[in-house]
Amino acid sequence: MGEQENDLDLATLNDDELVQQMHDDLYDGLAEEIDTAVRILLDREWQPYDILTKALVEGMRIVGVDFRDGILFVPEVLMSANSMKAGMKILKPLLAETGAPKMGKMLIGTVKGDIHDIGKNLVAMMMEGAGFDVVDIGINNPVEKYLEAIEEHQPDILGMSALLTTTMPYMKVVIDALVEKGIRSDIEVFVGGAPLNEAFAESIGADAYCRDAAMAVETAKEMMSRRQGSASAAMAGSG
Amino acid sequence: MSPTVTSPSTLLIACGALAREITVLRDNHGWHHFDVQCLPANLHNRPQLIPEKVREKIQAERPNFDRILVLYGDCGTGGLLDRVIEEEGVERIDGPHCYEFYTGAEKFQEMSDADPCSFYLTDYLVRHFDTLIIKGLGIDRFPQLLDDYFGNYTKLVYLAQFEDAGLKAQAQVAALRLGLEFDYIFTGYGGLESFIAPEITDLIKEAS
Ligand code: B12
Repeated sequence: MGEQENDLDLATLNDDELVQQMHDDLYDGLAEEIDTAVRILLDREWQPYDILTKALVEGMRIVGVDFRDGILFVPEVLMSANSMKAGMKILKPLLAETGAPKMGKMLIGTVKGDIHDIGKNLVAMMMEGAGFDVVDIGINNPVEKYLEAIEEHQPDILGMSALLTTTMPYMKVVIDALVEKGIRSDIEVFVGGAPLNEAFAESIGADAYCRDAAMAVETAKEMMSRRQGSASAAMAGSG
Repeated sequence: MSPTVTSPSTLLIACGALAREITVLRDNHGWHHFDVQCLPANLHNRPQLIPEKVREKIQAERPNFDRILVLYGDCGTGGLLDRVIEEEGVERIDGPHCYEFYTGAEKFQEMSDADPCSFYLTDYLVRHFDTLIIKGLGIDRFPQLLDDYFGNYTKLVYLAQFEDAGLKAQAQVAALRLGLEFDYIFTGYGGLESFIAPEITDLIKEAS
């Protein structure tokens, strides 16, 4: 096949056009284009954090909305996520160097018996995109694994994912274990996955149910600022 | 014109994935005492739509039947289908998904405890593997996604309702296509049969 002759030369676009194009390329799942565009913006001395938030995260937010509305389906979302991943790969080491804001730490994993991970991976990526440190413990996690990882990483937020009706009750097993160990109030528990809902989350004693990755980010940010607020209030009170 | 009603009439509202199996059971047992209406099987990829579609069907058909049974698992509706079932005062087959009502809950639990990284096919899914899995998940358009979908899996387990060498061979090809080991378990109709059977026996008794 001929070379992509009528391909747009990304380098000829101005910044605004390029960011707009990146939103389109993310939507269309074009990883190579995202890779190229990220490098162009870096050459133009954009801050890695700005590229991440204005181009990648914003682009994925649009994808998320259309997924929720049933316009995009799982394969398209996966292609978009993989494109964002291509951009993140370049930015991640730079973000650490340039001291991008750190929001907090999240530990995330799919519960025992369940090996669905597309949604969990998306949440992990968007949380990273929002400046959270994310420790992903993968799929099929028994309670012991969560507890060990919590002890090791001391996260602010624990995220559990389940896509099966048969595995969602396991989230309660983990929450009960946190209570039993006396560490429940040290950690915010977020739960998600397509078959869950608000009422279920409440019934198992989770702190938040998030319908999608965007909501997870929003809720996490709110929670962190509330935590910081109450931490400084406590300090002020004791001072 | 309304048909002359001789015995209580029952409607089975079923997932399209069970249509063929129900028909076979009906023919095998001579159960001609119920009607079957199916909703499209591809609702499975958007389970959030299942509860309301089932409700619409129940409400539309209620005037025409004495009794309505629903042949759906929870199917990932997170209990919302059960709420509809309860609100509409009908009954549903027990179980979260069809894999489990073919094998039975205990056996399915045992299998998934022993090896959680299995992907299950039924006769229906073997027949429609290309449409529902390969095309349904977009693997035809984006072959590079195969690993995103099945990277965590080691084994394809074919739960057969009917012994058929052709289907078994097709299932083996599917396993190869996904890069998974192959395992075969004959389940027969399992819970599907035992859910319908007592209802039907009742009906036959009532009618005679
Ligand atoms: C893709 C898919 C698969 C892929 C999984 C690939 C993978 N690597 O994950 C494959 C094909 C391999 C698969 C396998 C199986 N699946 Co499946 N699968 C799906 C499907 C179609 C989409 C799930 C998905 O990835 N969605 C895309 C992501 C982006 O959305 P999401 O997961 O909902 O995540 C978003 C939110 O929920 C939220 N979120 C998710 N997790 C978390 C966590 C936290 C902390 C937070 C805050 C938010 C959050 O944010 C995410 C991003 O926005 C669903 C149906 C559906 N539409 O939900 C069935 C579905 C979940 N599967 C189902 C079943 C039955 C199975 C199998 C048993 C089938 C089989 N034949 O063996 C196996 C499971 C084996 C096992 N032990 O886990 C059923 C479950 C039925 C039930 N009663 O529970 C469903 C509902 C289909 C159905 N209606 O029958 N599946």
